[in-house]
Amino acid sequence: MAEDIKVIVFKLATEEYGIEVDKVQTIERLMPITRVPKTYTFIKGVINLRGVVIPVIDLRGRFGLEEAEHTDQTRIIIVVVNEMEVGFIVDSANDVIDLNRESIDTPPEVVGGIKAKYLDGVAKIGEDRLLIMLNLSEVLNKSEIVQLESFEG
Amino acid sequence: MDMNQYLSMFIDESNDHLQSLNENMMGLEANPDDLSIVQVIFRSAHTLKGMAATMGFEDLASLTHQMENVLDLVRNGKLVMQDFIFDTLFKSLDALEAMVQDITAGGEGKADVSSIVASLQAIVRGEVPIAQGEGAAPAAAAPKEAETPALLDEFQLSVLEQSIQEGHQVLFIEVSIRKDCQLRAVRAYMVFELLERFGEVVKSFPSVQDIEQEKFDYNFSLYYISQKTAEEMQTLIMGVSEIDNVTSVALDVETLSQLVKPEVAATAEEAPPAPARENIPPATQTPAAAPQKEEAKKAPAKSSGAPSRTIRVDIDRLDVLMNLLSELLIDRVRLEQHASDIQSGELTETVEHMSRVSADLQNIVMKLRMVPVDTVFNRFPRMVRDLAKSLDKKVDLIISGAETELDRTVVDEIGDPLVHLLRNALDHGVESVTDRIAAGKPETGSIHLRAFHSGNHVFIEIQDDGAGISRDKVLKSAINKGIVTAEQAAAMSDNEAHQLLFAAGFSTAEVISDISGRGVGLDVVKAKISSLGGNVTIYSTPGKGTTFSVQLPLTLSIIAAMLVRIGSEKYAIPLSSIVETGIVKRSQIRSVHGAKMVEFRGSHIPIVSLSAIFNVPDYDESGEEETEIVVIRKSDKLVALTVQDFIGQNEIVIKNLGKYLPSIQGISGGTILGDGQVALIIDANAFIK
Repeated sequence: MAEDIKVIVFKLATEEYGIEVDKVQTIERLMPITRVPKTYTFIKGVINLRGVVIPVIDLRGRFGLEEAEHTDQTRIIIVVVNEMEVGFIVDSANDVIDLNRESIDTPPEVVGGIKAKYLDGVAKIGEDRLLIMLNLSEVLNKSEIVQLESFEG
Repeated sequence: MDMNQYLSMFIDESNDHLQSLNENMMGLEANPDDLSIVQVIFRSAHTLKGMAATMGFEDLASLTHQMENVLDLVRNGKLVMQDFIFDTLFKSLDALEAMVQDITAGGEGKADVSSIVASLQAIVRGEVPIAQGEGAAPAAAAPKEAETPALLDEFQLSVLEQSIQEGHQVLFIEVSIRKDCQLRAVRAYMVFELLERFGEVVKSFPSVQDIEQEKFDYNFSLYYISQKTAEEMQTLIMGVSEIDNVTSVALDVETLSQLVKPEVAATAEEAPPAPARENIPPATQTPAAAPQKEEAKKAPAKSSGAPSRTIRVDIDRLDVLMNLLSELLIDRVRLEQHASDIQSGELTETVEHMSRVSADLQNIVMKLRMVPVDTVFNRFPRMVRDLAKSLDKKVDLIISGAETELDRTVVDEIGDPLVHLLRNALDHGVESVTDRIAAGKPETGSIHLRAFHSGNHVFIEIQDDGAGISRDKVLKSAINKGIVTAEQAAAMSDNEAHQLLFAAGFSTAEVISDISGRGVGLDVVKAKISSLGGNVTIYSTPGKGTTFSVQLPLTLSIIAAMLVRIGSEKYAIPLSSIVETGIVKRSQIRSVHGAKMVEFRGSHIPIVSLSAIFNVPDYDESGEEETEIVVIRKSDKLVALTVQDFIGQNEIVIKNLGKYLPSIQGISGGTILGDGQVALIIDANAFIK
């Protein structure tokens, strides 16, 4: 019998995603973000999280989805992966569920246009809910991204 | 018992003891007759041994034990310190240091020290001539000297054993002086004089010093090596007037070995009573101020394990404290705003009070990160000693301002550059003895190492009284290296020529250092100091000497910065890189070969638009008639940056942008402003190539 894991559920566009709860530090409401120039477009900038400066990534941008206006529901999920603290901007995040590892299937080839390597698997909850489990280290992996514009002084 | 929880304490204290040992050995080398220093050294070594044994580091404990044996001979006046003894002891210290380092790195502190142990044992065995005993062991003085046979330790035992094997008599003599004797110390002295005429006192109880100061009742006992028999000695001593009774017993090897056994058990208890009896203060920081005997007697006894009343705090915890504090400060600003909106007298008063308290709190927290530079400085005397020895030069290292405080992070980083500069001063600055005499200087050179505050900076200077820098030689090798052209060289001021020593490539080839007389890796020094936000300058007078002056910021985590606004965004520019601020008219900006230049103090410097570089979305100065500029400097190059507004000058706390954004060109970090928002700090170096 496989163990149960707790998963934070959040929404991007029409899909629901999950991150294991022990990777998540906090979930914050939207706060002022300081733009950081000369970096990837999906990095929205940095925030002051109780005295610590943390970069925030627009997950829509990271996955190549169309970026959306921020609303009351918009949240920043602070995750810690490989000692990196990063905030993810998501459309909403308001659920924590227990998930049996057995219910997670290996990712299909294409899900909603997001490259499969960002995905750990897909879990089916209840009758018609699909939860996409994220592979955080791939999401934060920068080596695939070519350094953008070079610096012109 | 789980020892791991004590490990970090053990490492810290071991390092303290090693440092103190090093310093005091240096002090002793300068002042070999001062036995009080030996006492301090002995005590440090003893404590170290005890700690190492408790923690189960046997190699460490046994090496310290051998050192103790040598030191004990010295403090008892049985051994006169000589160069090779110093060298062996210093070698032992190095070995100990290596072992402690190994333990720090998670090892077991094991090391092959057999050769050092062998030479230490050789010294103990008396392969050094044993001087006539004029002092004796004060440490383990038993309260009831007359009844308890005096305890011997291993090496004293071995001395006695050897004497027996060589056919000498080893006697245990107890002497009682008549109760009506007026000058006990004089009588005792007469007895000792008599004894020394016929042999050698190995150990006496109480110690000779105590006896000389009449710190004994009417009895004393001693171990004695002589050719005379017990009876002969008894008669001889009785011949001294006012002696009540003398018992003299000849000892053989067996009785001796029995005598030594209690000593092994007693070792652990030996140290604690000693400081109280001797009143020797803990090691002072500079070897020059080694405790004098007289001071030592007066000074209040402190526990030798705790040199000052401090606690050790993990620097990460301080960072957490800093973060919490900056949150508090941000809330304070908000409270102040609300208070001024609400206009309630009491609230305003409370908020004002809170502001003052939090400002004080901020000050204290900042100070917590400050440590005196002596944690770096105090390893230099030893280094200079060794280096001077290997170079066959005579040098005095004079340290001042070691109490000057710097941020911990700076102190941790500054050590290596200073080592380089000191080596440089010693190697190339100070001349050889013969050259010095030829130049009419005292044969011992001097290197001043001093630290002092000046404004928002700390200066560390290394000044030697050597030959100075030869401008011609420097320029010649710089031209050969292709760093400057002959024309450039001719036009250079002395100062500019001296700065060439820091040029990359100048110091890479060893040949250069021979020709120029300067420089191994000075460019590395310069780079390191620059990375700390500091600067280094050279002053040199030919024939008189050279001074390297290192300027450092007080702290790395807090800097003074100019806050500027570009559109809706705020940026901080470190004041240390700003030359000046000003306003230029559009007509003053010219195009030179396609690059925009502006005239600044008679020369043309490039003008760079920050909003263009950072793609600021909501500001464009191209339409403006006048533009604010900030002129920044990297070494001797200037660039003007255009901004929209100056907000003002502020002390800012530097934060990094997190691991995910390790380096962004033109941005060196972020800081949190009073309103809780993050402002980026501009890395001026990135704008100048």
